[in-house]
Amino acid sequence: MSTHTLSVLVENKPGVLARVAGLFSRRGFNIESLAVGATEHPDVSRMTIVVAVEDLPLEQVTKQLNKLINVIKIVELEPSAAVQRELLLVKVRADATVRSQVLETVQLFRAKVVDVSPEALTIEATGTADKIEALLRMLEPYGVREMVQSGMVAIGRGPRSITATAVR
Amino acid sequence: MTSATSRPTPAAANPGTAAATAQPARPKPAPPSGTPVRVTGAQSLVRSLEAVGVEIVFGIPGGTILPAYDPLLDSTKVRHVLVRHEQGAGHAATGYAQATGKVGVCMATSGPGATNLVTPLADANMDSVPIVAITGQQTRALIGTDAFQEADICGITLPVTKHNFLVTDPADIPRTIAEAFHLAKTGRPGPVLVDIPKDVLQEQTSFTWPPELRLPGYRPTTRPHGKQVREAAKLICAAKRPVLYVGGGVIKADAAAELLELAELTGIPVVTTLMARGAFPDSHKQHLGMPGMHGTVPAVGAMQRSDLLVALGARFDDRVTGVLNSFAPDAAVVHADIDPAEISKNRRADVPIVGDCKEILVELIGAVKAERANGTADLAPWWTTLDSWRTTFPLGYEWPDDGTLSPQYVIERIGRIAGPESIYTAGVGQHQMWAAQHIRYENPRTWLNSGGLGTMGYAVPAAMGAKFGMPGTTVWAIDGDGCFQMTNQELATCAIEGAPIKVAVINNGNLGMVRQWQNLFYSERYSQTDLGTHKHRIPDFTLLAEALGCAGLRCETREDVDSVIHRAMAINDRPVVVDFVVGKDAQVWPMVAAGTGNDEIMAARGIRPLFDED
Repeated sequence: MSTHTLSVLVENKPGVLARVAGLFSRRGFNIESLAVGATEHPDVSRMTIVVAVEDLPLEQVTKQLNKLINVIKIVELEPSAAVQRELLLVKVRADATVRSQVLETVQLFRAKVVDVSPEALTIEATGTADKIEALLRMLEPYGVREMVQSGMVAIGRGPRSITATAVR
Repeated sequence: MTSATSRPTPAAANPGTAAATAQPARPKPAPPSGTPVRVTGAQSLVRSLEAVGVEIVFGIPGGTILPAYDPLLDSTKVRHVLVRHEQGAGHAATGYAQATGKVGVCMATSGPGATNLVTPLADANMDSVPIVAITGQQTRALIGTDAFQEADICGITLPVTKHNFLVTDPADIPRTIAEAFHLAKTGRPGPVLVDIPKDVLQEQTSFTWPPELRLPGYRPTTRPHGKQVREAAKLICAAKRPVLYVGGGVIKADAAAELLELAELTGIPVVTTLMARGAFPDSHKQHLGMPGMHGTVPAVGAMQRSDLLVALGARFDDRVTGVLNSFAPDAAVVHADIDPAEISKNRRADVPIVGDCKEILVELIGAVKAERANGTADLAPWWTTLDSWRTTFPLGYEWPDDGTLSPQYVIERIGRIAGPESIYTAGVGQHQMWAAQHIRYENPRTWLNSGGLGTMGYAVPAAMGAKFGMPGTTVWAIDGDGCFQMTNQELATCAIEGAPIKVAVINNGNLGMVRQWQNLFYSERYSQTDLGTHKHRIPDFTLLAEALGCAGLRCETREDVDSVIHRAMAINDRPVVVDFVVGKDAQVWPMVAAGTGNDEIMAARGIRPLFDED
């Protein structure tokens, strides 16, 4: 199985997320990660869907997604030709004895501290899945009290736009 | 036999008012035009239905859809047929659409009215039938509060419709209706549901026609790729053992004439799937019959031994292919379909062609003509093989040993007497397979059945819809006694609203197909398949028929079959139900058992053809 990143332009209408999610579950495909948000065009939303499938089922996923009336365009983004980012917010146990060590790790990963309390730090980090995972591994020994992570968002490198031709 | 009691007369009075025939003069609403008119949402809905050309709506009113029924009363263009159950409305819309090629329309209220449409929507979705369902919904403020008769019908029907809409602004009604009909009938046809809250129907709005469609993500490909067509033509001319594998898409594309031309141009044998019966004349010498689980030995054998399958509007359904990895092992595949997702879904296509079957066939005929200049393969040895299978394994049946009536004989005689110009519908089960096998179809849109979903109870309401669409045509519902007991309430609709259909209940007293499987695969342990219809004669179908305003006839012997069919054919002032009491042990053969490969086809019990013996 290999991982594929699909950028899916959809009409910004109620229920579109349910249509996409329902399609994946009823056709037996697993979503590894999903992120939805606005685009530069108010009528269009963009989903970034990460799936782990072989090439042939991927073709079926793409074709079935294309059949959804609210789906405007699907582009597979190759990791080498795209910028991929995830967002992590993690609350780490960090009292006075270890705080400086935790802060050092935060700096190494070019992450940010967004909230401080006597017992814990809340850290914000963005990056590829690998970087986020590496940061978490470093923070685990201190005690992760709570964490939340976004799905991956991705955009192709270079001047070309996938929305330009899709939207009238 | 038939009661002479007084009955409501509209059936006799207007047997053919389905479409645009005369109706009493009523004040005419202003015709749609480009200038906005102030109307209610409900009026906007009815005007939109008129503007898209709807002739007939099958439905039942209720709380939330009530506003729509008021302007419907004044419409001179749209006829409403009050059905007895919303499932009947849905299948009637499907039957109408399959018989006429137009979009069928059904209407229901919110909650249970809408959920009763789920089965026909799923059925139409599987068989790619263009229907539009309009449902009432609770008022906008109450949506999501578990209000009375509230159901999230858009959520429920999401996986079984081509698309659905919840209209939240009355100004959107004309555009949504136009989009719904456009989606239903273009590309790969399918069902579309439009859910409209009651207060949206009541609110004042403006109506303009035509609206601008906003479907940026919907661009079906109809024009085939020229290079792919030429590639297909090359394979077709070079193949030594080709087969034209014809599916329901050919009928939906109205491409039967083009198919005939291609077949006769190339001399290639044709098989027509369950959904394609009638797409190619059964009387044609190149026709090998139906492939699949209960297909003919020549049709199944031809596909298994072919070196080229030309699939036209077909989808390699498991009931056709049997176990996939032993299906047509030596065949290259040309797959032509309007739905790109069907291509290479089950079987990898060597030459994929996305497009409308009619356009594809037209281009393919041209390309094949050009290619034939370079010579073609000799199909004579292939035909020698196929003809030997046809001679050795013709489609047939045996009379039961116990002296009971043969169901196949009954169905065959109905087909012969009613002829190829009649329309036949079927439920699901043994009678459906026998009707597909033993009636000779010569024309498209004369065989309507539930292929993909396998919906028992389809026959009667679908026949009703077909009769309203084609009032001048004889419509026979070939039904089983199990199926008939699921939806026969629509016979009351037929009797009152003027749809004199004919129903043949192939009454073997059992859920016959399930019983056949219990006989073959469950050691003859007949668990819950005896309906008691024979044992107790409950219900008595002739009395039931009469209670529903139909003529009720019964036939129990071979000698009576023809005369009873002729009597049924002669009754045209009301529906007829014939209770054909047949033996319970008749089975559908040939058969490829579920979970086995097509090479394992049994021509009859204990008789297995060996295709490789020349």
